Amino acid sequence: MDKDRTYLNRRSFLKASILSGGGMMLTVSWLSSFRSADKTEILGMVDQWSSLNGYIHILPDNKVKLICPNPEFGQNVMTSLPMMLAEELDVDWKNVTVEMGPHDPIKLGAQFTGGSNSVRMYWRPLREAGAAARQMLREAAAESWNVPVSEVRTKAGMLTHASGKSASYGDMASSAARVPLPKDLKLKAPQDFSIISKSKKNVEIEKITSGKPIFGLDYSVDGMLIAMIQHPPAFGMKLKSFDSSETLKMPGIKDVFTLKLYGDDFEQGGFDTRTFNDLLVVVGNSTWEVINARKKLVANWETAGDVRETVVGRAGKREVTVPGALESTSTQMQQMKEYARKPAQELRRDGDPEAAFKNAAQVIERTFNAPFLAHNCMEPMNFFAHVTSEKALVAGPLQAPGWSEPTLAKLLNLPADKIEIQMTRMGGGFGRRAYGHYLYEAALISKKVSAPVKLMYTREDDMTYGIYRPMYTATYRAALDANKKLIAFHVKGGGIPEHPVHANRFPAGAVDNYLAEGWQIPSNITIGAFRAPRSNFNAAAEQSFLDEVAEAAGKDPIAFRLELLKRAKEKPVGQNNEYDADRYAGVLELVRDKSDWKKPDNEKYNRGVAAYFCHNSYAAHVVDMVMRDGQPYVERVFSAMDCGIVINPDAATNMVQGAVVDGIGNALYGRLTHKEGAAQQSNFHNYRMIRMNEVPKRIQVHFVQNDLDPTGLGEPPFPPVFGAVANALYRLKGKRFYNQPFRDELESAI
Amino acid sequence: MAKITLNINKKDYPLEVDPQMPLLWAIRDLVGLKGTKYGCGVAQCGACVLHLDGEAVRSCVTKVSRALGKKVVTIEGLSATNSHPVQKAWQEIDVPQCGYCHSGQIMSAAVLLREKPHPTDQDIDNAMAGNICRCGTYLRIREAIHMAASLQKKTGLED
Repeated sequence: MDKDRTYLNRRSFLKASILSGGGMMLTVSWLSSFRSADKTEILGMVDQWSSLNGYIHILPDNKVKLICPNPEFGQNVMTSLPMMLAEELDVDWKNVTVEMGPHDPIKLGAQFTGGSNSVRMYWRPLREAGAAARQMLREAAAESWNVPVSEVRTKAGMLTHASGKSASYGDMASSAARVPLPKDLKLKAPQDFSIISKSKKNVEIEKITSGKPIFGLDYSVDGMLIAMIQHPPAFGMKLKSFDSSETLKMPGIKDVFTLKLYGDDFEQGGFDTRTFNDLLVVVGNSTWEVINARKKLVANWETAGDVRETVVGRAGKREVTVPGALESTSTQMQQMKEYARKPAQELRRDGDPEAAFKNAAQVIERTFNAPFLAHNCMEPMNFFAHVTSEKALVAGPLQAPGWSEPTLAKLLNLPADKIEIQMTRMGGGFGRRAYGHYLYEAALISKKVSAPVKLMYTREDDMTYGIYRPMYTATYRAALDANKKLIAFHVKGGGIPEHPVHANRFPAGAVDNYLAEGWQIPSNITIGAFRAPRSNFNAAAEQSFLDEVAEAAGKDPIAFRLELLKRAKEKPVGQNNEYDADRYAGVLELVRDKSDWKKPDNEKYNRGVAAYFCHNSYAAHVVDMVMRDGQPYVERVFSAMDCGIVINPDAATNMVQGAVVDGIGNALYGRLTHKEGAAQQSNFHNYRMIRMNEVPKRIQVHFVQNDLDPTGLGEPPFPPVFGAVANALYRLKGKRFYNQPFRDELESAI
Repeated sequence: MAKITLNINKKDYPLEVDPQMPLLWAIRDLVGLKGTKYGCGVAQCGACVLHLDGEAVRSCVTKVSRALGKKVVTIEGLSATNSHPVQKAWQEIDVPQCGYCHSGQIMSAAVLLREKPHPTDQDIDNAMAGNICRCGTYLRIREAIHMAASLQKKTGLED
């Protein structure tokens, strides 16, 4: 691991201090950027990873308390990140306790959960923090025993010397805190790992199974009021007037008022997306009282018209006009068809695609469509806030506290050091909780009523005023020559309000003539990140299309992809190809072998395959579908993943299995539609979620074994599931499925 | 408003409450036990499942008045030491991801196992289809229920 060693030393400094109760607190700060030396690394989300700190507490009784920097939403970082610390610290995992850190970017770094980044961004820093602490403990022991430090060994929280001397980390912790900071650290080689790559149980499992109050909605203080917002009935509308007299007569109701979230000249950050700006708020003593009283509001709404917004994102400051029309899914579909015919922005071009298509023996053209999706986190949006004129305490489920804090400071007119953000466990996130507007709303409400407040969205609020996965479409074209060779590939993708195209991903690099284009239609329906943004559509469309092209070329779908990948490896076309063709081929080969792809026994299954690269990882699935009770049913799935070193294999397997289930559910059922701006699905009775009786009997997950630095896992297995399901459905029904959710066409086909 | 007493996890809680209030909110907001979760409010997701005289009910649509004179058991009271066979199996299989739905999953599974000590996959599908897991941990839930069935056989159900 030379790369790691050189990465570390000169760029790091460490500070240690002695805790008042004895023991050592080690604070490690990095000045380095965490961009990998690997040229294929695409961080893709933010540029904020320029400094990071970690906590290690060693107590006199040899207990080790590790602080998890990143918020937990089910990806199991509260276990996997501390495992990385513990590995290099060399402690007995049984003696480790883990706590979620507060938002403290000086000590804990970027603290961002999203973009499948947690393990990637903390992989080096946390191991370095562990190694530094271990080194200081060894030096303290060496001094105490008057032996060379090189002769002091560690094992599971104990320091030993060949002379027979021994001490626990707890015994040496106070002295270690006085040791000068290590200048050079040696990290373990993967073959020496004893914690990393060995499955560990979720550190919060016992809290979950006994119902401990660990989620945002569970957070409570004495005197806390409950607040709810009455949103407009449709996107594109705003409050005109209201009468709260009946509401105020209801028991337990404290106040009804309006609130403007952002002022007129407010410059929105990239993640300050909010559904509505003018808020009608009901505050009362308890949830049920507020739910009932809100129903008594008499509100008059009007169309909002076009709205000008100033957004300051990574691309700089820009003025955005949000159109005021009340949008309906049917008209949006029509609008997308029209835009698809217009010229679009060229995103990548290789060779001469126009000539290749003109000279082709065969051209295949197919259009794929997908709807808005609601995140539907099981815990609806909520946040606790207690804001006074001097300070603010906010607590709740939030993926990116570091992005929300500057906005909160502006809105409350408080310095950042007067704002305390506590991160509760999240009942799901999937990207939705990267947008902190519900935190700002809670804080402004608390400020207004001068009391601690819990803002709560009901399920209906959460689903109908979401920050959705955009609506997408893409038209793919493939040109085959007389020998059935793929000579040109064209993707033209669009969306409301953003296009889905990743121009530099497979099959870019594998085809001589390639064109990628994108277009977008502005909308007032709010959208944001949803588990593997854009990829979650691309993989569905492109992997389904490639299946059809392989068939036209008379080739096995896996063999066809492998041929293209061989080309991409041996003689890549164009620049900036994001993927590693070997690793991409690796997961296809692994899933081919593990699923016995060609074994005659498996002919009873309708098999669909798909693979995809995103978040620096590689995923491939084989979906085996059968008819059961007159319905198509995914009976089993084989998954192959390459995400480098797997920190916690059992938890990683769980996450891949979950992504497969999530993918099957969304491919078959997921859909949010609008009529005149109003969401037509409001709860789980009309937004269909996959359930126990619809999931596969078996999902077998295989990881490529290598010692490459870990890459993303929360998102990568999700996108290709859609494509594999589509391809299996084709084998089952003899027709292709181009429009998500597939349930609609299935029902008409049955 | 009415003065009532709820018996929850073998303890009496005197409350002054609108008898129409769903049990879910009485337990969460007034009693202060947060293990029973809100997910949908319309009996569609199962996050709020608890036991009313041993029967699995969706507390988000069960009025407080229905619980009068009955024994309410929430996830906090399923076992004294987090050791009901279902809880043990959940821990052993490491079922949850985000964990939010699992109070309801565990409470549903506990009733299933009492009624069908050796459930088939089909029994599990039937009994658990009312509990949504957004993270998709269903396969592990199924596996854990089978494990709980064998643990239950070995050790018997804890009171």
